[in-house]
Amino acid sequence: MKKNSGIIDRLLFFTLVPSFFIALYLVFIWSPVEKFMGAPQKIFYFHVGCAWVAFMAFVIVGYYSVRTLINPNMDHHIKAGISAEIGVIFTTITLVTGMIWGKSSWNTWWTWEPRLATTLILWFIYVAYLFVRKMDGSWEKIAKLSAVFGIIGVINVPIVFMAIRWWNTKLHPVVFGDGKNQQGGGIEPDMLVALLFSIFTITVLYAFLMRKGVEIEKMRHIVKKAKTKAMEKLAG
Amino acid sequence: MNSIFKDAWTIASKDLSNEFKTKQTIGMMLIFSSLVILIFSFAFDPTNNMVKAVIPGLVWLITVFSGILGLNRSFLSEHENDALTGLRSAPIDPSSIYLGKVLANFLLVTSVQIISIPVLFILFDYRFIGKIGWFILVVLIGTLGFIIVGTFLAALAANAKNSEMLLPVLLLPLLSPLMIAAVQATRIILENGTITNAVSWLRLMSAYDLLFLAACFFLFEFIMEGS
Amino acid sequence: MKELGTMLELRNMTKLLGDKLVLRNITLTLEKGEILAVIGPNGAGKSTFFKCTVGLLQPTSGEILLNGKLVKKNSGEVKQRIGFLGHESFLYNTLSPLENLKFYGKLYKVKDLDRKANDLLKEVGLYLFRDMPIRSFSRGMMQRLAIARVLLPDPEILMLDEPHTGLDQEAVALLNKIIKKKQASGTSILIISHDFEQVHALADRVAVLKKGKIISTMALGSDIDLPAMKQWYEKEVSSS
Repeated sequence: MKKNSGIIDRLLFFTLVPSFFIALYLVFIWSPVEKFMGAPQKIFYFHVGCAWVAFMAFVIVGYYSVRTLINPNMDHHIKAGISAEIGVIFTTITLVTGMIWGKSSWNTWWTWEPRLATTLILWFIYVAYLFVRKMDGSWEKIAKLSAVFGIIGVINVPIVFMAIRWWNTKLHPVVFGDGKNQQGGGIEPDMLVALLFSIFTITVLYAFLMRKGVEIEKMRHIVKKAKTKAMEKLAG
Repeated sequence: MNSIFKDAWTIASKDLSNEFKTKQTIGMMLIFSSLVILIFSFAFDPTNNMVKAVIPGLVWLITVFSGILGLNRSFLSEHENDALTGLRSAPIDPSSIYLGKVLANFLLVTSVQIISIPVLFILFDYRFIGKIGWFILVVLIGTLGFIIVGTFLAALAANAKNSEMLLPVLLLPLLSPLMIAAVQATRIILENGTITNAVSWLRLMSAYDLLFLAACFFLFEFIMEGS
Repeated sequence: MKELGTMLELRNMTKLLGDKLVLRNITLTLEKGEILAVIGPNGAGKSTFFKCTVGLLQPTSGEILLNGKLVKKNSGEVKQRIGFLGHESFLYNTLSPLENLKFYGKLYKVKDLDRKANDLLKEVGLYLFRDMPIRSFSRGMMQRLAIARVLLPDPEILMLDEPHTGLDQEAVALLNKIIKKKQASGTSILIISHDFEQVHALADRVAVLKKGKIISTMALGSDIDLPAMKQWYEKEVSSS
């Protein structure tokens, strides 16, 4: 079991490193420079990849939350938490790159573009989720409470997206930014290859971080257990 | 099933009669929403044209801010003498505790609104031209959604030591779609716009209410189980 | 059927809290009309044991039988029959004694609530204060009202978690009188206590809980006096 998981880790690591270099090559050298935006458009490859992982991580939080409720189990609880922690990082990257993108293409740091705004709210839900996990009490109780919050949060995300998109189109006509000049309107095949490859790379990165994070968290628990045991022994 | 509603009503009426006697929470909520209105009238000069633009948002802002005060109290009061454990060891369905609290909080917040929203209109010297029936409908549906999610999260947050701080952090992001819909619907009605536009927002709000009522109703048991 | 049937039976009840085995394979029976005291050192899992029996916590494994019938998860039926007196009073400070009793009485679907609540208040000596918010009550008065609350639905099993803590002599005497009276009317009573004197005065049988296990039980006959019981307890606790 232990050996097996080591192999998976190594496999992930050895796919991750070369694909990162390939992704960088594809993005910065191989793919053509976009006509209107120029170089800043390159950020788009990472932006989309991170956004994809951020949303995926949240779905995984929801998945493990449901499993925690059905079968309270330390493993599921840890996985949900680690996925949320990684999710916060990728959501933050998505927001920052989104803002840079916005500044260079629409000359504003922030627009209430539905996807970007949803990502912001997603970030808040993630952080709230981590706050719930930081509550004190037995891990069983926290597992239950955080799982419940995780499920409610996941239900909320599509509604947020719908509401914001609706709000945008009702308020003012779509002038820019609503999908068309990001993905629609025919993306060049070279760009698509680079995009898909960077999404793949970032997903592998997520899987790698997830495994490592879970491992570290489990070690932390083992140490904590050993510590309390030692304390009990010393106290008599 | 019938007994769930009966027990819920018993719990709600306990909270409400208690509130009716002390009038502490409701008083605080009223003062607080008036203060929010006051502060906002400094922030946005009420004499200028801005008023029209901020009124729909303010209606919901005072509802949510003062409502959070009440929500915080609703489960903390059950932790005194550990009465919540008493409820949990009583032969009732845990969901009836949730329903009872939703009912009590909803009535509490709406009774605050009955005073605070007219005060808002008066202090901002706002002439009401929209259809009042629709306005009340939007306010009720929006408030119900706020209470459904808020009561649930208040129960969740009450397990933490810093629950007063935790509740808004948990609640506000989850409320965002409801608030967008509620503010837009309110704006359309107050500006006497076409009702059909408001109806689609109303539909979104009703869907939100129903979805979260079902989810919270089902998940509440897990919060109560605690250890 | 025997004269004294089994009221409550726990079979191999185990509870895992976190990674800790708080209760291990607890098997215990409570006869009808019996007073069973559970004693044990701190951290032995007494409170968890109680919570699992009442249904506040779900045991990880094991069975609970009530009147010979298997109890299903979270059933209201068991809760209806068990009167649980916890560490805390479970009462609302802002309500008066009468309101508190009426509130719980409604939840327990008690019939003839008005009369019963008033009678109980008379019995515990709080009738005079029936309309005062209980915020100003002393610990002893609170505990008396808490007992009234527990007795209100006429439970078949009374579960008392350290009922004597913080009570004055008078209240202890009252409590013991009520417990004895309830026993005579066929109610089974389970007590957790530190107070050896009271345990000795009340219980028919004593069980020692240590590290989540029932290590020993003993019937308390008239031949065993208080020092003998203490001696037995110390021997059992130190030997295992």
